[in-house]
Amino acid sequence: MTHQAHRDDFGARLGMWLFLFTELLLFGGLFLLYAAYLHRYPGAFAEGGRQLDWIMGTANTVILLTSSLFAAMSVTALRRNEPHRAIALVVATILCAAGFLVIKYVEWSAKFSHGIYPGSEHLKNAPPGESLFFGLYFVTTGIHGLHVLIGGGLLAWIAKKIGNGTVTGDNVVLLENGTLYWHLVDLIWIFIFPLYYLML
Amino acid sequence: MNDDHRITGYGTLTAVWLGLIILTALTVGITRVEVGGYKVAAALAIASIKSGLVIAVFMQMKHEGRLLRWLLFVALLTLAIFIGVTFFDLLYR
Repeated sequence: MTHQAHRDDFGARLGMWLFLFTELLLFGGLFLLYAAYLHRYPGAFAEGGRQLDWIMGTANTVILLTSSLFAAMSVTALRRNEPHRAIALVVATILCAAGFLVIKYVEWSAKFSHGIYPGSEHLKNAPPGESLFFGLYFVTTGIHGLHVLIGGGLLAWIAKKIGNGTVTGDNVVLLENGTLYWHLVDLIWIFIFPLYYLML
Repeated sequence: MNDDHRITGYGTLTAVWLGLIILTALTVGITRVEVGGYKVAAALAIASIKSGLVIAVFMQMKHEGRLLRWLLFVALLTLAIFIGVTFFDLLYR
């Protein structure tokens, strides 16, 4: 049976944006918790923030911003009917995602080796504000890291579809939606970075 | 089908990326020197400008119509109301 498949590119993007709004409220809730507890325990939060490595945080910020550039460029490339360049740019985005996760792994390992992890003896004996700070840090960066992992997987799947000609210059909406998700991951990090690494 | 007006050139995208990197350097610089309470406001203001750039150019919001722009506004307003009402409670209880 051959028939013209129904296509609604705007509807697809609208659906993606509505989903992204729910993501915004998810992380918004976590930022709200952060703000409320920062208000209650400013001293302990400052103490916790000083223990985070701002150089690694900055490196990850630059990596994510660059990955977003590659993702946006891949849409331009595919729209200009350059599928090979588009695939190369999506792969570059995924490599940035991997780099981000490696740095995150190094950061978390360093914290674990100092006895700082959810439910650790060290945090149980620490002042309540400090264990709240690290609890929020692990939950927020953990959920964000999960999004990086999912976003990377999604982009890999889309790159495969560009390769076999399912996603083309005349049918870019799947790549557009995949990169929208990726930019959201970047967007959330733009706020995590100053909140946790810089301003305390 | 290939609506050309939706294409953002490599030059524009790279310029926005450069702007984002400069703003990142600025945030790090401002928060490393002690300027008291201002650094929180400055860091959040710069983060807002950065997210505005990402949404407008990388996420193509500048090419979208009224419906998506209004929906974005409503989503951000909802978040702002949540934060505002919570702090109204926290600060005056």
